[in-house]
Amino acid sequence: MGYVAVQGGITAIENSQKLNRYLRLRGASAPLSVTQIMEQMGPLVDRVMSEGGLYSPFHAALALKQASGDPLEASFLVRAFRSTLRRMTESLPVRTDRMRILRRISSAFKTIPGGQVLGSTSDYEQRILDFSLAEETKETQAETVQEFEESASSPTLDSASTYSADSAPLAPEDFGKVVDILRAQGLVAPPPTTELRPAMDITQESVEFPLGRSGRLQMLARAETGGVLALAYSSMRGYGSVHPTVAELRVGRVRVQIPHPFRTGETVTLGSIVVTEVEIVASVQRPEGEEKPTFSLGYGACFGHNEVKAISIGVLDRAMKSPSPHAPAEDQEFVLLHTDGIESSGFCSHFKLPHYVTFQADLNRLRDIRRNDE
Amino acid sequence: MSLTDLLRGPDFQYNFAFLDEGAKREVRRALLKAVALPGHQVPFASPELPIARGWGTGGLQVTMSLIGPDDVLKIIDQGCDGSVNAVNLRKLLVATTGVHTTFDSREATLLQSRHRLPEIPMTEGQIAVLQVPLPEPLRLVEPSEVETRRMHAEGDYARMWVSLYEDVVQNGSVSLSWGYPCRVNDSYIMSPSPLPRWDLHMLHDAEHLTLLGAGREKRVYAVPPHTSVRPLEFEDIPFTVEDFSGMACARCGSTDTFLDEIYDEKTGQASRVCSDSGYCDLVRQGMIRTRQADRA
Repeated sequence: MGYVAVQGGITAIENSQKLNRYLRLRGASAPLSVTQIMEQMGPLVDRVMSEGGLYSPFHAALALKQASGDPLEASFLVRAFRSTLRRMTESLPVRTDRMRILRRISSAFKTIPGGQVLGSTSDYEQRILDFSLAEETKETQAETVQEFEESASSPTLDSASTYSADSAPLAPEDFGKVVDILRAQGLVAPPPTTELRPAMDITQESVEFPLGRSGRLQMLARAETGGVLALAYSSMRGYGSVHPTVAELRVGRVRVQIPHPFRTGETVTLGSIVVTEVEIVASVQRPEGEEKPTFSLGYGACFGHNEVKAISIGVLDRAMKSPSPHAPAEDQEFVLLHTDGIESSGFCSHFKLPHYVTFQADLNRLRDIRRNDE
Repeated sequence: MSLTDLLRGPDFQYNFAFLDEGAKREVRRALLKAVALPGHQVPFASPELPIARGWGTGGLQVTMSLIGPDDVLKIIDQGCDGSVNAVNLRKLLVATTGVHTTFDSREATLLQSRHRLPEIPMTEGQIAVLQVPLPEPLRLVEPSEVETRRMHAEGDYARMWVSLYEDVVQNGSVSLSWGYPCRVNDSYIMSPSPLPRWDLHMLHDAEHLTLLGAGREKRVYAVPPHTSVRPLEFEDIPFTVEDFSGMACARCGSTDTFLDEIYDEKTGQASRVCSDSGYCDLVRQGMIRTRQADRA
């Protein structure tokens, strides 16, 4: 039955788990509801859905509650839950050009066809702690909501009245994307046709390098926000040469559709999801076989509203296409194998496990080598 | 709330052995290929489990994909049944399968382990599942996966040999302690998980099947029964194992087992005990005779 100390270990684990639950609940405040997390911690829920690789605000919020708000731990719970779900079918490519826009900006042009929609952002807010939030009550909540809804119904705030609803304004179809403007002028290379084959699925097969673009973008879509940010930042800052211009950043709802199971040629809409999508243009390149130089392009997309992540993905996508890679962010293996939060945090924490045998073997070797020195 | 309660939600029931049957089949397909190509690392999808990456998810997926209701399971970590991680993995497998478990390695049909094989060599019909953190032996000399795959494919192991040679020149002997690179079936070089050198002879020409799973790196590989596993060595500098001569287990008195150094919590006094707790207990209970007793 093992050693006495080991017997204590089993009880210790159980007690440790009890302590965890106790620490979360010992305060006198009311238990946090999953709905509260879903409604009031949107960006965090979005981050967990994205890194967990499962679009389900409920499960992400539940995981956050269980993990006491730790996003790595919560994403891990979601990823593990995801493994138990049956993969039923493959959706059709999502039409982001038919997105119901919650936000749409371009830093390339002051005005763009179809217009810029600022939507919800803290970009232009002064980051000053709002102490009134500490005093928030049901009454002040109702007041704030009512005030906004009344002003939003005025003609000047037309688009805001439909904000976050499924009926948010549809992107103006006539104008397409900002990149298309550049493309029409030949300033951006036409979309590659060689990649128009069935996307790989990183949840179904182990990746092999060099990895195709669909696999790369999938891995980045599930990667840890801080991880992709750090590597993208290295490329923006000096270890690489991607100085991005955000041609277009969109946040909004897109429909997920599948082919009709029986009726050929027809589609079925399963529902809609919120995504963030970014297209960046970067340094001038002279593509092989092309006479004239063009802008190079980077693409990033992820679940939920997470602009830092989507931009970072766009930068890394561009960096990994460098014709002569030399910086870390330009190396596929370096970027893709070290940015998954579940993999990296798991391995990092495994060093807390006992290594008695391996260390014993190390000790044995060191002593042996020291003897050889004598 | 117990693990069993957690695994049975009001409108959700986890599958037998947690993974869904499609995922298990995918792992088994990779395992079949691995058995057909001893020592070759076969990629597999490696879905996430409720256990953290780096904590044995590769071994766990192999076990989950193979285990049936009639299996008898033994899980050890560092040789010990009661080690925290072994307890944790066993709890998950028992909660999702209800199989019988054992501490006696001779009774087990499936044995999952981290860093050790049991002292008693396993026999025909038994399967050893080893958890692997770093499946690529060539990572030592080459960081790129593309490059190491090529090296394996072409049998280009020159840099490995050179690194061992340099090690010998600098240290007087090969300083690699665990995960010592082995040639399998006179073909691929394999990392035998972080087994100590002590255990490697039990992989060679074994009666049992050994399956190795690396979850984070998404690779499985195998050593089928009666396959040669030879540690890399130079003709004039033979491979040696850990030396415990003159030492004995403080619990059972064995002098021919892998011994862990332990230090008394109060006095700081060093002593040694068997790393294989199941073996140690059997000797103490008089259930088996030690090998030195057999020889005497």
